[in-house]
Amino acid sequence: MKIAVCIKRVADSETRVKIAADGKSLDEAGVKYILNPYDEFAVEEALRRKEQAGAGDVVVIACGSGASQETIRTALAMGADRGVLLETAAVPADGLSVARALAAELKDGSYDLILFGKMAIDDYNHQVGPMTAELLGLPCVTCVAHLDLAAGKGTAEREVEGGMEEVEFPLPAVLTVDKGLNEPRYPALKGIMAAKKKPLAVKPTTLGAPGLEVLAMTPPPERKEGRIVGEGAAAIPALLKLLREEAKVL
Amino acid sequence: MSNVLAVLEQRDGALRKVSHEVVTGARRLADALGGEVHALVCGAGPVSGVDAAGRHGADTVITATNAAFGPYAPEGYARTIAERAQAGGYSAVVCAASAQGKDLAPRVAARLAVPLASDITDLSVDGGAVVVTRPVYAGKALLKVKVVAQPAVLSLRPNVFTAVERPKPGTVESVAATGDGGRVVVKGIKAAAAGALDVAEAPIVVSGGRGLKEPANFKLLEELAQAFGGRAAVGASRAVVDAGWRPHGDQVGQTGKTVSPSLYIAVGISGAIQHLAGMRTAKVIVAINKDKDAPIFKIADYGVVGDLFEIVPALTSEIRKLNG
Repeated sequence: MKIAVCIKRVADSETRVKIAADGKSLDEAGVKYILNPYDEFAVEEALRRKEQAGAGDVVVIACGSGASQETIRTALAMGADRGVLLETAAVPADGLSVARALAAELKDGSYDLILFGKMAIDDYNHQVGPMTAELLGLPCVTCVAHLDLAAGKGTAEREVEGGMEEVEFPLPAVLTVDKGLNEPRYPALKGIMAAKKKPLAVKPTTLGAPGLEVLAMTPPPERKEGRIVGEGAAAIPALLKLLREEAKVL
Repeated sequence: MSNVLAVLEQRDGALRKVSHEVVTGARRLADALGGEVHALVCGAGPVSGVDAAGRHGADTVITATNAAFGPYAPEGYARTIAERAQAGGYSAVVCAASAQGKDLAPRVAARLAVPLASDITDLSVDGGAVVVTRPVYAGKALLKVKVVAQPAVLSLRPNVFTAVERPKPGTVESVAATGDGGRVVVKGIKAAAAGALDVAEAPIVVSGGRGLKEPANFKLLEELAQAFGGRAAVGASRAVVDAGWRPHGDQVGQTGKTVSPSLYIAVGISGAIQHLAGMRTAKVIVAINKDKDAPIFKIADYGVVGDLFEIVPALTSEIRKLNG
């Protein structure tokens, strides 16, 4: 099984967002960066599939600044075999330009499976995976929460409003994965040491002109100061009155 | 051309409510551009409820049917929509950022070789260009983005673009979609418990965290949700989902769902920053927590301090009386 996993370096979910002086981006000072949590499920799934097959090659690919090397090393420490960084100055708001760079790298790789996290927790785009699939002309299933693979075919389940959609697809395919697919392993010390020696190719990459232009990044509107209605069950009548008469939601 | 293509959504042959929001957003855009709204819905057969699209501002409605599409055909739909978008020379293509829209819109954009502005919460036209607002970092910041490419492909966050009646002719035209359904075949939907609402779509969300002490106690929240008479869903914090108390689909927060219900009741949730990010756009937030210094009280409109095991059953019985 030859599997590619496309990953992204993102600001940790506990980050307090401060806007940079340009008014268009995140102030990176003091921000902790991590491997996108949904990509961890993708890396884990690739490792399990390789282990089940008894042999294979798991390649992790990131598109981003030089700092993404550290993120790739995290995936290598989990057990991936090698890494590729498509090095760019910054990751643009335009997911298609990233998908194009990834598709160019993946095109001649003869992968059986190409995995992505269903979304990155920074831009919430949900788009680079299916766009890459389209550019490669491969079948794609998004938000996979359950997966069976056998004899060149797969069945997957993906969450939709009110239930799970059951999907069949042929391999090779591009899948984007959801929480619940597996429980990602923590890199062990041995893995962290081994990761330092694993191959990581850095390829300078120029992305095309973005089709989305960021005009501004602003903080969300402040919520107005709330109040403590009272203590214990005794506060319920006052709460209901406020919900009915002031907030008008009941 | 300044027309807008609105991509509607159906399930089991019935138009989904989110489609009204899509038409409403498309109408706003078309008005600013001085064009028409053409609504397109794909399916295996006829779709009921499409006349509502005219009520919300569609000039024409096209149903593109193909028996091979089954319940949903990602590739067949994407091809049909992209071909129509190309042939019609539209200024913009508007989809829903629903489960289906999130799957479909990127495919359509890639086929049209243009970017996708996804999950947007506002839109306008400035000097002929579409300008959108989209939350990033799970709502901890808003990004204002100008769509340079043509057509502008957008997906609208559900529950944000309140459907507005703007009657237009809504002439319904039916066409046969050519080609096959594609390599990805949707067999069907295994429904969750009958009548269970999705947290992302429910107008009322009752969420629980560690304060509930053990999984069985979520029964208290289920009873409270039921008291709202089918309008409420039960959500959960990341801590309890990671502990295996609740399914992943119920998680509200940065690594779960971002929700915008009219009422969000947080029970025994302290309010970690990544949870707040997922629910801060709720219209009204109520927090019930024993710790009066819990961060959840900072963004809650109304807080009740105390023992949730005493407060929640009392609230449930009062809500039952209201809806009784």
